Amino acid sequence: MFFKSIIAAAAMIGAITVACAADISGAGATFPFPIYAKWADSYKKDTGNGLNYQSIGSGAGIKQIRAKTVTFGATDAPLEAKDLDKDGLAQWPMVMGGIVMVVNIPGVKPGELVLDGPTVAQIYMGKITKWNDPAIKKLNPSLNLPDLAIANIHRADGSGTTFNFTYYLSAVSPEWESSIGKATTVEWPSGIGAKGNDGVANNVATTPGAIGYVEFAYAEQNKLTFTSMVNKAGKTVAPTMDAFQAAAANANWSVPGFYQILADQPGDESWPMTAATFILMYKKPANVAASNDALEFFKWAYEKGDKMAQDLDYIPMPDNVKKLVEAMWDKDIQQK
Amino acid sequence: MTATTLQPASAARSSPMDRARALARLRVSDAGFRLFALGAAVLVLVILLGVVISLFIGALPAFREFGVDFLFSDSWSPPKEKFGAATAIYGTLVTSLIAMLIAVPVGLGIAVFLTELCWLPLRRPIGVAIELLAGIPSIIYGIWGVYYFRPVMQAYIQPFLINTLGNLPIIGHLFAGPPLGYGILTAGLVLALMILPFITAVSRDVFDTVPPVLKEAAYGVGATTFEVVGNIVIPYTRVGVIGGVMLALGRALGETMAVTFVVGNATKIQASILAQGTTISAMIANQFADADPGLFTSSLLALGFILFVITFLVLAAARFMLSRLELKA
Repeated sequence: MFFKSIIAAAAMIGAITVACAADISGAGATFPFPIYAKWADSYKKDTGNGLNYQSIGSGAGIKQIRAKTVTFGATDAPLEAKDLDKDGLAQWPMVMGGIVMVVNIPGVKPGELVLDGPTVAQIYMGKITKWNDPAIKKLNPSLNLPDLAIANIHRADGSGTTFNFTYYLSAVSPEWESSIGKATTVEWPSGIGAKGNDGVANNVATTPGAIGYVEFAYAEQNKLTFTSMVNKAGKTVAPTMDAFQAAAANANWSVPGFYQILADQPGDESWPMTAATFILMYKKPANVAASNDALEFFKWAYEKGDKMAQDLDYIPMPDNVKKLVEAMWDKDIQQK
Repeated sequence: MTATTLQPASAARSSPMDRARALARLRVSDAGFRLFALGAAVLVLVILLGVVISLFIGALPAFREFGVDFLFSDSWSPPKEKFGAATAIYGTLVTSLIAMLIAVPVGLGIAVFLTELCWLPLRRPIGVAIELLAGIPSIIYGIWGVYYFRPVMQAYIQPFLINTLGNLPIIGHLFAGPPLGYGILTAGLVLALMILPFITAVSRDVFDTVPPVLKEAAYGVGATTFEVVGNIVIPYTRVGVIGGVMLALGRALGETMAVTFVVGNATKIQASILAQGTTISAMIANQFADADPGLFTSSLLALGFILFVITFLVLAAARFMLSRLELKA
């Protein structure tokens, strides 16, 4: 797992120095990397065009598109409309997914452990330090939780997953909001930092007592023990496609830059940490041909990528949103 | 039959004019060589100065905003734009200190063993093995540290320390806290292993330069091996040994990848050395790629500048110590 982040870092340096002529180049969020990689693979089979996507983190993706070293940037932390206008960037959501809590507690199986937002906030503030803490026991009366120290693992690099996670914790815990806040990197009061979704997944897998937050696909691929969560309606939900979809159904996408954060949505079925991931491109690209190639790929992904996304537990964008996005491309992005 | 007459070497060759020309040519080529050597030396100085200046310029906004507080504040909060270097400086110094505390005695011990005690046919193989250790890239130490060493720390070494040293008065709080594997101590131990070959290789080489007659004389008057090493070998070679130790310290202070893997990357100072922390280079490696332009980036550059200054101070202190030693000798 670590190898991947190392390779990504090395490739990032390569991407900066060697501009690849044929392939579409993009960089950013690690959250959607599994699905972008899968799309790229079958797009290459379909059309012969390759995609070179570096999963270096949302913050780095924004930085790379601002430095114009890539054709598109990818981020899970959407930019606000005023920031988009300042840089002349267009932004749209590509796919949605769920962030899940993963734990490594001997004897606990996937979905068994139930947590709620305030408890997760307490764990990450270092105020709950043992798995047999009364607050966790209260949520899990039937589980036999060990007297084991909690190793809370967070992202050490700038991360859109962190943005969505801290956005959720800020929504459910006033104490979190006032003392720590929400951003792609925050001042963690306790815990262990790891690089990338894969780094967090790997640390949780190898550290007894660990808890971390990752995109659902990473939890599945690494066979990690995810937890259930109590949502805004007070109902306990397991991380499933239906629960992600229920949260996504509430979103209102008719806003500038499609700025929409799906954390802590209402609804009995809603998964509380659902998130969309976004693409950033210049409205007036320096290289129009490369920009058009990238748009071709995104159009193809919207048309043919839904099944692949669902296979990896991502949620495709609804059709009406895709129409809005495609209309925005034609209106805002220079294609000639 | 043709008569061959032996001619004296061309008279012109040794004429004063020709000598002057040859000498002039030599002078020009020598001047050229001098210029090249001077240029090489100046180039290094210019690059060094350029690095310092560009780091300082980059760091200036952070220094202006936070002042001296930057050195003493342990807050590192990108959303609030409040940055302080104390956590990273503390982590850098403490991990290096732990590494030195372990690597210096062990490294010198290995060097003494190799030069004084080791069975002759084994000296070369062991020496080569240690030099190979020095050549292992740091990323390998990092991967070994996180996959193999960290679980051992979590399962055995840290619980042992918490249950024994952790109960002592005064120093107990240094060994408190949950055993999570990642932390300052783990990073220090991995660093110790990394710098060990530097200390050993350099010390062994300088120990070999001690004239045998000195050692034999000492053994002759009945000195033990310990006395010979303490009174003859180390005093004779201390300049070289200190040089090797400083080289190792320099590496420990700046080491990035291996430390980033195991130090825990927590931006808070905690009393326990079992707790997670960070170092200057780990912080830069983790956060530079996605730091927003402005104070965040500037603060990271300021961290780099501080690391530069720390390394410079360490080397200057070493030079000073050496010159004092040479005066006494």
